[in-house]
Amino acid sequence: MAFFRLTDVRKDFGGLVAVNDLSFEIEAGKIVAMIGPNGAGKSTVFNLITGVYAPTRGTIDLEERSLVGLKTYEIASLGIARTFQNIRLFAFMSALDNVMTGEHSRMRANLFGSLLHIPSERREERVTRERARELLSFVGLEQHAGGYARNLPYGFQRRLEIARALASDPKLLLLDEPAAGMNPREKDDLIGLIGRIRERGVTVFLIEHDMHLVMNVSERVTVLDHGEKIAEGTPAEVRTNRRVIEAYLGTGAA
Amino acid sequence: MSATVRRRLPYLALVLLPFIPFIDQNNSHVDFLANAGAFVLLALGLNIVVGFAGLLDLGYAAFFAIGSYSYAMLASQQFGIHIPFWIMLLVAPCIAALFGVLLGAPTLRLRGDYLAIVTLGFGEIVPQTFLNLSQFTNGPNGISSLDQPSLFGHNFGFSATPYYEVMLVLIAIGVWFASNLQNSRLGRAWMAIREDELAARHMGINTTTAKLAAFALGASFSGLAGVAYAAKLDLVSPDQFQFNVSVLVLSMLVLGGMGNIWGVIVGSLVLSFLNSFLLPQSTNLAHQIGLTGVDFTNYRFMLYGVILVAMMLFRPEGLIPSRQRKAEFHEALDDPALEAQEQSEYTSGAA
Repeated sequence: MAFFRLTDVRKDFGGLVAVNDLSFEIEAGKIVAMIGPNGAGKSTVFNLITGVYAPTRGTIDLEERSLVGLKTYEIASLGIARTFQNIRLFAFMSALDNVMTGEHSRMRANLFGSLLHIPSERREERVTRERARELLSFVGLEQHAGGYARNLPYGFQRRLEIARALASDPKLLLLDEPAAGMNPREKDDLIGLIGRIRERGVTVFLIEHDMHLVMNVSERVTVLDHGEKIAEGTPAEVRTNRRVIEAYLGTGAA
Repeated sequence: MSATVRRRLPYLALVLLPFIPFIDQNNSHVDFLANAGAFVLLALGLNIVVGFAGLLDLGYAAFFAIGSYSYAMLASQQFGIHIPFWIMLLVAPCIAALFGVLLGAPTLRLRGDYLAIVTLGFGEIVPQTFLNLSQFTNGPNGISSLDQPSLFGHNFGFSATPYYEVMLVLIAIGVWFASNLQNSRLGRAWMAIREDELAARHMGINTTTAKLAAFALGASFSGLAGVAYAAKLDLVSPDQFQFNVSVLVLSMLVLGGMGNIWGVIVGSLVLSFLNSFLLPQSTNLAHQIGLTGVDFTNYRFMLYGVILVAMMLFRPEGLIPSRQRKAEFHEALDDPALEAQEQSEYTSGAA
């Protein structure tokens, strides 16, 4: 049984085929990457998985459960969390509140519990805050819990987004270009962080342009070009693949 | 005086509030305060919709109308139904909340300007409906001689004092509810929707139900205000719920500080004071000294306009802003701990 599987997924935007009959599987507990030139359809794949777009056809399954047709918030509560290519934090909320908001789907408090501040709601709030603090220290932001997300430096914002995504206790974490805009030192920190995330039992699926990072962390790499899968394998296999080199450097280069 | 005592001093003032009618025996002052209380409730409710969830609602007076008319229809000779005032304080918020959901549902996909225009439309439709359904509402004449509340056999009559005390209790409950909501799962969901709706959905937030909850809860506050206000006035008519009421309540939020519970209370008290006390009183004064031609109350909209423009120029976050608003308008990266760490990371990164 595959942990996570895309089968013949296609997405058309009018006449444009953004993703064309894409199939691949992810094993539980792995770190896998998807690479490809700009416009290859990588972010579209994330948006299809999280229900932002509905696939034109094909199926997407998490633990043999179909995600097609589910709403984004339902998919999130089933255990898929993500970060965004252009950071989308809740800018005018504290770092702690950002992470606490990430715990939304794990919480049970209903309208009346919140309105009346009943003991079970208070207890849950306390546990949620405690967990959020733990996650902030997990990504190394424990000193910035009270500051607004938007006032954090760029690298910290990326890490906060990861903490927020982890807050829901996801089975599968989607990272959309986590190293974008980072300096080499921050990238090395990120490699360590992704490793530690896997140790928590979270499967990581990332989109990345930074080859240093992709080659260092991922166990399998899928290469997308013009919405189609052109190669798949270990980083070493993909690196020497003729079609991959052509896609990145053009024909004649290989 | 120790720091704790000084910090608690404002709360001491709150304890004195119920005794104001016995200290200040002037009935017109108490009457003014009781009316202002209704607007505090309205502002607290609109603050949930606009301040917490970020949904700009320009038709909020509609729910005030629904609350008032439900009391007028269910506690008067109109249909011979006489539900007690105290029960109506529970029923009317539910009716208003139901309409909050009904009117909120079609607007769920709208944001910003579009949402504002549609809610503006609802704000016009509701009083117009009460005006035109004259077989039930007596049209422009409205419904009068509403039941007067009584407590332990004591009838409220036309004295403002008992209404003032009721308003205080309702406001206290309203403040408690609103601050509980602000620091809750739902409160964070609203803030998240206000900041970034798409990201909020990715957190597992059902944005549809969260927004409807904001509309429903916001409306229920004005249902409450409507019952108390209608009972006190003994009359409802469609012209009490025109667009200017929605604008007035929104101005209270802007003036006081959107998103901050204490801010919106201050904002509503200041505008109520201008609107129903300062302007009429100064007009009286002018008439007494022989200036019979002037009526300052005619300038109230000009005054709102001046206040709003001045606020936008000098203090756009409001008198008592929420932390968010303040930061939005005066953003600064002035966290010394942060700068120090950033600095050290850059230097060690370069090394």
